[in-house]
Amino acid sequence: MSVARFWRKQINRYNIVGTHCKTCDTHYYPPRNVCPKCRRHGDIEPYKFAGPGKVVTYTIIHTAAEGFEMQAPYALAIIELDEGPRFTSQVVCDPKEVSIGMWVKPVFRKLGESGDKGMIYYGTKYVPDNDRN
Amino acid sequence: MRDVAIIGVKNTNFGEMWDRSFRDIVVEAGVGAIEDSGISGEKLDGMYVGNMSGGQFVEQEHIGALIADYSGLSLDLHIPSTRVEAACASGGLAFRQAVMAVASGHEDLVMAAGVEKMTDVSATAASAALAAAADREWEGIMGATFPGLYAMIAKMHMHQYGTTSEQLAAVAVKNHQNGSMNPIAQYKSRITIDNVLNSIMVADPLHIFDCSPITDGASALVLAPADIAHEYTDTPIYVKATAQASDTIALHDRRDITTLDASVMAGKRAYEMAKMTPADIDLVEVHDCFTIAEICAIEDLGFVKKGLGGKMTEDGETAIGGKIPVNTSGGLKACGHPVGATGIKQLVEVTQQLRGDSGPRQVDGAEVGMTHNVGGSGATAVVNILARKR
Repeated sequence: MSVARFWRKQINRYNIVGTHCKTCDTHYYPPRNVCPKCRRHGDIEPYKFAGPGKVVTYTIIHTAAEGFEMQAPYALAIIELDEGPRFTSQVVCDPKEVSIGMWVKPVFRKLGESGDKGMIYYGTKYVPDNDRN
Repeated sequence: MRDVAIIGVKNTNFGEMWDRSFRDIVVEAGVGAIEDSGISGEKLDGMYVGNMSGGQFVEQEHIGALIADYSGLSLDLHIPSTRVEAACASGGLAFRQAVMAVASGHEDLVMAAGVEKMTDVSATAASAALAAAADREWEGIMGATFPGLYAMIAKMHMHQYGTTSEQLAAVAVKNHQNGSMNPIAQYKSRITIDNVLNSIMVADPLHIFDCSPITDGASALVLAPADIAHEYTDTPIYVKATAQASDTIALHDRRDITTLDASVMAGKRAYEMAKMTPADIDLVEVHDCFTIAEICAIEDLGFVKKGLGGKMTEDGETAIGGKIPVNTSGGLKACGHPVGATGIKQLVEVTQQLRGDSGPRQVDGAEVGMTHNVGGSGATAVVNILARKR
């Protein structure tokens, strides 16, 4: 991914900033410019999410995506934030600990890199939230 | 709108074809379909070609023109040729575009083809190309793979409905059984439940034998207005419905993780168009890119109640001779999955079944057949219904 392509979404990835539709009070993460429920009647504003959520579903990936070979096996999960929206992230812990419905909280982590000499991408992964589990 | 018929079909062999190029295989399919139809190539009014990623697999875009050229349809004839892309649903969409061209009266004799040459790059590069069918910025960047996305569907299906790894494996066993009777299939070997369960884990709970392979292959068919189809063939197969639907690009945004709403909606539109119900369908080719995908598909298309697709498979009801034979070709799992070709291959299989040409894997008395082709983790679905009688 090019530097500009990553950089323009940096605030969304680092700080879990998505959007909120003032018309229907729905939250979106990843951010959307158009509210799919209200469309032209929507009124979108940026929204910073608290961060915690729970695991909707997950898998342990053994055959890694390109660039993720050193991380395998890793737990990929769909996370549901407390405010409602769902998105894809990793849960970093012993993969055997991950379960559906598990509470998780965000951590700042390296996501990957553009080859040997390219930029390093950072973003948000998740760890078990043992205060809630 | 005019009724439309399929008058000629051809699949190349599916597999790892080291000695054959992208253009070799698609020309073989196109010429074969034209020969089967009895028309001559210069009579074609247009071509629609499904191809997912020539750019990444063979560093070739501008696929429509390339294929018209190497099929001998550019010199003097200059036949319009359009490449259609919707990830793994590219072939199904190319067919739908071709049907609409004929139905509208804009074109008469039209080819719908599909092609993918996937083994000219490494398996890693091929997987990366396929991953582009998901949301690159919000799924791919987190390390999502296609098996990983379908594994999350499978995990949820097991959690919600009690589906088992053995039931997933039963899909692969049945499709290999069917593939063993299909001369073009990539895998003609029969396998057992234990073979699947003991194969390496790709993305829990999906083993490698739960996954469709990387494949080279091409398929083509020729369409004509139904009113003149008998001028070319004694066994035209009629297009009763062609329907398409979209859903969120990312799996995480779906209403329900284990339901492909695009499949449900495309199926509903197709049943309405054909004035049919699931009970009218004699066989179906579904998009089993992973074993869980076949289970979701038979549920989403209304052949069994949600959650019972695994049990239905385990009980043998989707085998040839069962209640509703599913993937008589061997499916994507055993016949192979050259992504852009798959949607057309499914239509070729159903056409041959309805003609009664399917040899040992023939479904007795097949009158009506369905195809179901999915792009990505379910962001695009195409459902077609074909029938022997107009």
